[in-house]
Amino acid sequence: MAERKVIDARGSFCPGPLMELIAGIKLIEIGDELEVLSSDKGSSSDIPEWVNKVGHEIVSNTEEDGVWHIVVRKTK
Amino acid sequence: MKILIVGGGMGGTILANNLARRLKGELSSGKAHITMLSASDKHMYQPGLLYVALGRMSADELYRDQASLLEPGINFHVDPVEEFNLDNNNVKTKSGKTYDYDIIVIATGSRAVPENIPGLAENSINVYTEQAALNFYQTINSFEGGRIVIAVGVPHKCPMIPPELTFTLYDFFNDRGMGDKVSIHYTYPIGRLHALEPVANWMQGEFATRGVTSETLFNMKEVDGDKKVVRSEEGSEVEFDLLVAVPAHKGMEVVESNNLGASGWIPVDKKRLNIEGHDNAFAIGDTTNIPISKAGSTAHFEAEALAENIASMVKIGQPVRDYDGKVFCFIEAGKDKATYAMFNYNNPPDPKPPTKSLHWFKMAYNNLYWASARGLL
Repeated sequence: MAERKVIDARGSFCPGPLMELIAGIKLIEIGDELEVLSSDKGSSSDIPEWVNKVGHEIVSNTEEDGVWHIVVRKTK
Repeated sequence: MKILIVGGGMGGTILANNLARRLKGELSSGKAHITMLSASDKHMYQPGLLYVALGRMSADELYRDQASLLEPGINFHVDPVEEFNLDNNNVKTKSGKTYDYDIIVIATGSRAVPENIPGLAENSINVYTEQAALNFYQTINSFEGGRIVIAVGVPHKCPMIPPELTFTLYDFFNDRGMGDKVSIHYTYPIGRLHALEPVANWMQGEFATRGVTSETLFNMKEVDGDKKVVRSEEGSEVEFDLLVAVPAHKGMEVVESNNLGASGWIPVDKKRLNIEGHDNAFAIGDTTNIPISKAGSTAHFEAEALAENIASMVKIGQPVRDYDGKVFCFIEAGKDKATYAMFNYNNPPDPKPPTKSLHWFKMAYNNLYWASARGLL
């Protein structure tokens, strides 16, 4: 059963949500997921840009009350 | 109330000194005790490592005796912790002693782990230890020209190091009349030149002026020392004559071996700084998992907030304030100009153009730091 962990990067300017994801994805198993919470609108495009380039998978990318929830699955 | 502080770096030292001042009466009466355990009798000013690497500071200037920085009333022992028993409120140390506590603060810091990328440690230079910084200087001092590549791992402490390395190396070689022999190629893990967007925007112009090339979305995967190339997770490959690494970091091994956090990053509440699941155990500085800069200033401001809270826990039985996420980082923009980034959880940074006066303030801070460590500044 795939695990999903949350990275709460709301209010994180440095290193920021994408770098937190890059650091966090090293710590999970292939098939597991990370849900990044971000208060920065840029994350909704920055994160998918990196995920697609490196070859992981975007599971979902939604916004609710000014918080972006981006779920990434580790594929390799 | 027994307060135990594990780690004698910036966070632990400022916390201990700040607490000792707030609890002066309680320390005298015996109502409170502060003990600090560290792996070293020396305190290192880590930002000085960049200057050692550039030949602008000698290594001995990085250190002071830890005991000389501590307020009276703090019991300091060079006796590293080997076992954390947070459920039983004690730790066991290398000497075999057991220290009980009522409140513990873990401030053990972080370390660069270039060995975690195949080929990186043996084929690159970095500034993260005294030995590495000394080797860095020897290497650049004898470099006869070619392509310098800067490659950045995640996470790392001192977020300003990638641009600072770029600008200071540019000036180092230009000052030696080697500007036409040396090219600098900067790589960075995300889709812009720096985590902080204003800094990234500023860097673009500065890179253009200096002819520094760059590639973003570049996360090191491996280094081939024979072919002198560094390859990325994203599938690209960059040739180098000299590879300058900002390696990824981990927390200290003792944190990992005691299962306090994956890769040594301890999960804490980002405002109260308590370790998840514990009301009397805290962590500050690099070793937390808070999505915030791993920087001395982070440790400094966390320590101030936590000292106020621990003191109020002793005096009135509860904490009184939240850490607001404050970070302040100088940015050296070459040999004689600097700027800074200051932000917190609610207010983004807004760095101004670099000036000479801010560079000199940073130079002054290299010495004023010792007043900060003593909790005075």
